[in-house]
Amino acid sequence: MKKLLTTFTACALSLGAATVSFAWEPKKPVEFVIMAGQGGGADKMARLMQTVIEKHDFASKPFVPVNKPGGSGAEALVHMKSKTGDDHTVMVTLNSFYTTPMRQSGLGIDTQTFTPVGRMAEDTFLLWVHSESGITNIDEFVEAAKAKGSDWIMAGTGKGQEDQLLTNFLNQAYGLTMKYVPFKGGGRVAKELAGKHANSTVNNPSEQLGFYEAGDTRAIAAFTPERLELFPDAPTFNELGKDFVYFMQRSVVGAPGMSDEAQAYYSEVFRKVYDSEEWQQYMKKKSLRGEFISGDDLKAYWQREAGVHHTMLKEIGEI
Amino acid sequence: MDVIGLLIDGFLVALTPLNLGLVIFGCALGLFIGAMPGLGSVNGVAILLPMTFLVPPTSAIIFLAAIYYGDMYGGAISSIMLGIPGASTAVATTFDGRPLALKGLADQALVGAAVASFVGGTISVVLFTLFAPPLAEVALAFGAPEEFALMMLAFATFIGLGGDEIPKTLFSIFIGLVLSAVGLDIISGEPRLIFGDLPSFFHGINFLVLAIGIYGIGEMLWTIESNSGKIDLTRATVSFSRILDSMKKLSSSVKSVFLGSFLGYFVGILPAAGATPGSLMAYGVAKAISKEPETFGKGNLEGVAAPEAANNAASTGSMLPMLTLGIPGSPTTAVLLGGMVIWGLKPGPMLFVESQEFVWGLIASLYVANIFALVINVMFIPLFLWVLRIPFSILAPIIFVLCIVGGYAPTQTMHDIWLMFGFGVVGYLMRKLNYPMAPAVLAIVLGPLAETSMRQSLLISQGSFGVCFNRPIAGVIMVIAIAMFLVPVMNSIRKRLRPDTP
Repeated sequence: MKKLLTTFTACALSLGAATVSFAWEPKKPVEFVIMAGQGGGADKMARLMQTVIEKHDFASKPFVPVNKPGGSGAEALVHMKSKTGDDHTVMVTLNSFYTTPMRQSGLGIDTQTFTPVGRMAEDTFLLWVHSESGITNIDEFVEAAKAKGSDWIMAGTGKGQEDQLLTNFLNQAYGLTMKYVPFKGGGRVAKELAGKHANSTVNNPSEQLGFYEAGDTRAIAAFTPERLELFPDAPTFNELGKDFVYFMQRSVVGAPGMSDEAQAYYSEVFRKVYDSEEWQQYMKKKSLRGEFISGDDLKAYWQREAGVHHTMLKEIGEI
Repeated sequence: MDVIGLLIDGFLVALTPLNLGLVIFGCALGLFIGAMPGLGSVNGVAILLPMTFLVPPTSAIIFLAAIYYGDMYGGAISSIMLGIPGASTAVATTFDGRPLALKGLADQALVGAAVASFVGGTISVVLFTLFAPPLAEVALAFGAPEEFALMMLAFATFIGLGGDEIPKTLFSIFIGLVLSAVGLDIISGEPRLIFGDLPSFFHGINFLVLAIGIYGIGEMLWTIESNSGKIDLTRATVSFSRILDSMKKLSSSVKSVFLGSFLGYFVGILPAAGATPGSLMAYGVAKAISKEPETFGKGNLEGVAAPEAANNAASTGSMLPMLTLGIPGSPTTAVLLGGMVIWGLKPGPMLFVESQEFVWGLIASLYVANIFALVINVMFIPLFLWVLRIPFSILAPIIFVLCIVGGYAPTQTMHDIWLMFGFGVVGYLMRKLNYPMAPAVLAIVLGPLAETSMRQSLLISQGSFGVCFNRPIAGVIMVIAIAMFLVPVMNSIRKRLRPDTP
């Protein structure tokens, strides 16, 4: 029986046999770490990347997704660090890539030592409320949130990362005292809002879209420079007189100290994923934006973003 | 009723030769994946996901669902035959499945598990067919306080789990809770109880490591000691009449099977829970309502039937939030969900409207998969029993090796292997001192869920526990939990006051 299974697995794996040969190729299945829980935006995206790779035979060995959501990504970062010098571990990352090492200096992680593979997209953020709340614009939102004070629940993912930074921005900009409650994964957060256990969220479109299309939740405003095609009725915060935009990187990084050959190989694989029709479609459908960047450009981008996040974390007293 | 019409359309999809073939193949494959310790449905589905591009999306999900399904049947096999949980969902099955096998009643346990799985699967898929949209509302109504109340209910059933020795049960629960607190705190992200600075503890203590340690290694040590290695595992013979006979014996477990099915299904539809807590809770409830709870853990067929019914029911249940809310109810459905996104479907509230053929094809295929999984399972029972004819001196080392493979697979670190051996020794000592171990296993599964939901509730309510009582659903569950917690405590007090009454 075991033999049958092994043969079968082997067949499945050999489906991915590469047609193009590279100077370096993975010698075993590649561990594809996801810095977030199952069902969230990062998770769905990682699984899409994995499948695109398999479908088009972009890599000679399969990518095996592993979720490591613990401690706002700390678990994943520590895991990557422990894999220093490994050529078979890559990770899908988001903005906790900057914030978690800053908040937990005890982890001893310097993400600038991680190997840049490619930035696949920048994800956008919107402010969401339940459709039955009667709130249709930011003024009504502020009024309702003010009335409830700290009984107003903002659900988000993790502590001291994207969702909480945005909540903090809203609290400061509009004089609110919303209560931030962390949940595991954006899918769960979306459900909390749809089930009216939370009053608002700052989810990515990909996480909230299902409930938006069903008419359960409504977008109030966007944290982007221009209005999003999918949500033409949600004004940007710039339009509303606040000079504030915020994105989330959707990048792939390799373990620190990865060999140059392996880095080049993975960058090429993910560039192909980026150019694939499936990925382009996904970006369009889920309101993602941004070019593919890799190598030193990505490193420079990280440095810039890390600076921005350092300031934001200082403001809320997290560091 | 248009549901019936849609279901008939679904059957037309599910019974096309390609889909039917995939169901049969998927069930058989799932059965073996499930039976292999360390290889669970998550791995099976994830490995085979890319293969599904060769067929249309509906056929693809039917295939993967059949694997998932077959896996729920298969998990019981190594639990019963070897005492090692084949998958995390089958841990509760070892509690009584293994003792039954040691008594020479392995065939009964296997047949019981298969039939209970079938009943659980069928009940849940009928519930799914009739009430999918309203049940999605139930899942939505469950916020953090409701989840916490449900966890309290599960803990209350533990008190029944340890028999009459409540202090020992509590001790076991607390050990489990402490172990479940190891790792990174979900709310603040700080590492806890990591023994100075051992990063391998960051991901917490994997529940399979504990379960395999206690039940695989610990039991094996105990068996070796108590029988000095001269054990005849079983003399189970196989014949059709014995299988029929086993089915008859199962009729006494009807109540547990039904209860397990409903409980498993409802726990399954709640996001974050999944089949493992469902099956553990079903075991606790079956024991709590049993007339002879003291026989549980020593080879009671109900102790196999209830969790097996529940884990199959929960696996169907966990597809509900996946399809209707777009959030996975279990790790395996998370992989399925990823697949659906890639096939161009939109899991979420609109799926039932936009992709009817897909949804109903899947539902109909679950009916079909259930029948085939049962038939295939029963057909292979003689083969499984043959394994038990292997002399113990040969089987024991094989079991140890399988334990190591099973412990290594989830996180792939040697750290977990050492930890597993440690738990094995502790399990052996607890067994010698007559401490119940099931509550510790339950606590490590439910501990993180309970802690997270409690802290979220308290954040929402500004620190007041009232939030768990003044919301209608949470309040009712909480009161039932407290009542269940008090009943065995009162019984034992009464016994102590009047020692003459039995």
